[in-house]
Amino acid sequence: MNDLFQRHTGIAAPFMHDNVDTDTIIPSREMRSGTKSGMSDGLFADWRYTNRQSRELNPEFVLNQEAFRDASILLTGRNFGCGSSREHAVWALREFGFRCFIGHSFSSIFAHNCVRNGILTVRLGAAQLQQLVSRAVDPLQSNQLTVNLETQQITVDDQIIQFDYPQRLRGLLLSGLDPIRYTQRLQNELDAWRENDMKVRPWLYGYGK
Amino acid sequence: METLFEKLWRTHEICQLSDDEFLVNVDRVFLHERTGSIALKGLAEKQIPIMTPESVFCTMDHIVSTRFGRTDATELIGGKEAIQATRAAAKTAGITLFDLGSRDQGIVHVVSPELGIALPGTTVVCPDSHTCTVGGVGALGWGVGSSDAEHAMATNSLPVVKPKTMNAVFTGETKDGVAAKDMVLKLISQVGARGGLGYVIEYSGPAVQSLGIEGRMTLCNMAVEMSAFSGIVGVDEHTIDYVAERRYAPTGEQWEQAVSYWRTLHSNENAQFDESVEIDCNDLEPYVTWGTNPQQAIPINEKVPDPEELTDPAERELAVRSLTYMGLNPGQQLSEIPIDVAFIGSCTNSRISDLRAVAEVLAGRKVAPGVKAICVPGSTAVRLAAEAEGIHEVIRSAGFEWREAGCSLCFFAGGESFGEGKRVISSTNRNFEGRQGPNVRTHLASPIIVALSACRGYISGS
Ligand code: SF4
Repeated sequence: MNDLFQRHTGIAAPFMHDNVDTDTIIPSREMRSGTKSGMSDGLFADWRYTNRQSRELNPEFVLNQEAFRDASILLTGRNFGCGSSREHAVWALREFGFRCFIGHSFSSIFAHNCVRNGILTVRLGAAQLQQLVSRAVDPLQSNQLTVNLETQQITVDDQIIQFDYPQRLRGLLLSGLDPIRYTQRLQNELDAWRENDMKVRPWLYGYGK
Repeated sequence: METLFEKLWRTHEICQLSDDEFLVNVDRVFLHERTGSIALKGLAEKQIPIMTPESVFCTMDHIVSTRFGRTDATELIGGKEAIQATRAAAKTAGITLFDLGSRDQGIVHVVSPELGIALPGTTVVCPDSHTCTVGGVGALGWGVGSSDAEHAMATNSLPVVKPKTMNAVFTGETKDGVAAKDMVLKLISQVGARGGLGYVIEYSGPAVQSLGIEGRMTLCNMAVEMSAFSGIVGVDEHTIDYVAERRYAPTGEQWEQAVSYWRTLHSNENAQFDESVEIDCNDLEPYVTWGTNPQQAIPINEKVPDPEELTDPAERELAVRSLTYMGLNPGQQLSEIPIDVAFIGSCTNSRISDLRAVAEVLAGRKVAPGVKAICVPGSTAVRLAAEAEGIHEVIRSAGFEWREAGCSLCFFAGGESFGEGKRVISSTNRNFEGRQGPNVRTHLASPIIVALSACRGYISGS
């Protein structure tokens, strides 16, 4: 999977619920494969389908509506992605086509998992968020927007919203560098730290032997 | 004037990565067959070796059967393959596996302190959100995704945004029949499901000090239900007694060194926290949830709240949705709601002290007709201890089914379930929609309340 994120244009769907947990994003029973793929069919399964066996679509659910069927950006409420640490939630969202979440706040494990999978989480204040939601649901306006991580800007028509994003994580997403490789570049620090720690905490390294 | 968290952090900080992000040492990694095997596979595919396989452990807990006479077969489609793939991956990786049939097998967060793998002053990660449970022994544990688990195994470190500190002070003394679960449900109902976001919560105060280590683990277990980074409790002599002679705990001279360090692991007097919250335990009642989020908890003798009385529109919407899902009406007396199932188990409440409390309630009583009651010990060691004490006989003769150790019906993975729409009083940690099965309605409570309710046939505190 490509873990790069630089700039993305797509349809933004409003899903303004608070405390959406990862059991809701992907119910455990839908995590069937022992791999990172094959998960998107189960995405939001309890909300998306009226019948979980026959997969009958629930017309009320936002992602089943004509305007938002091809959404790749999700507008979310407070504490999105809380609960279980399952990275499956992020794999399912990515496989479905999501590249960016714009919300009030995100669970920290979820936000971490997003970076690891080339997905951007943008935090906005309530007023700006509401503005994006109003636009998205207004049939007379375009529901497309562009998110640019290089300039840290969201563009809707001629309007620009500036956002903050942690510097180092921004570098990781822009370059697509594997975080493990990033840390391995600090191998000297890691080794020195460990050598010292073995003197300070020798009890940690005995494993009961 | 350091807090406990600052001490733990200082010991593990390797270097600063950016403004608020640091590389911290990860002392122990724990995996389970549900998410851990994916991490092992991920590393193998990238041909990245595990830095120190001796600090990585794996258990079988999530999808294994908890029926006696179990094999690799499980009711979950693809479950058997997942179990066998984990076994093979653990072997190839050279890590320690607590397999089916081992007396060390059990729920990851139960076995990790029980075996002395999570020790005071250590950092522990696991691709599982309840890793914070180990805070009960003064370890700093947090849940990660599979990619971060790969990172931790490859480098013994993780980038972490330094959390802020919250002091949750429990004053006073709890009444008989009020447990650690009630203390933490009360806290969650007060600060909310995202009240801990960005914080590490230290549980302190006299009511925490007088809890056993297992009760402290119950408190820490549910820190993640407030979206906290982790939960911790300061080390005292109870902690050191608990850790002594655990399988992977240090011995001899190293034990002495460790203990003298562990004795420093508590917040200093006048240490400054970013936030603090106080809970008076003197008149604390048992707490039970009525909704589909752990924050929707109230004292057992109260009525189901009316969403109309909530001022926040989002909270109101959530409450309406929760009540519909739960099949309840505003104003209904919580303690009169009939139940179909009573479940005791999970990394929150399945340790020997929980089972002793349950047996005390159940002695000489019977589960109400029509109620299905199941008790699943958290680890094989807990099961064996309970069987040695004869507790399991009390639990069984009351009408509870007695099982092998594992996560079991704490969550639904597509295998065993209580049945569509059933109402469960449960000693677990999550009452989310569908968590315990399709349309299953979960009420979280302490093991004591679960046992009492099982005998009455409805939610009951007596
Ligand atoms: S017992 Fe439940 S909450 Fe705990 S690790 Fe297992 S599935 Fe997760």
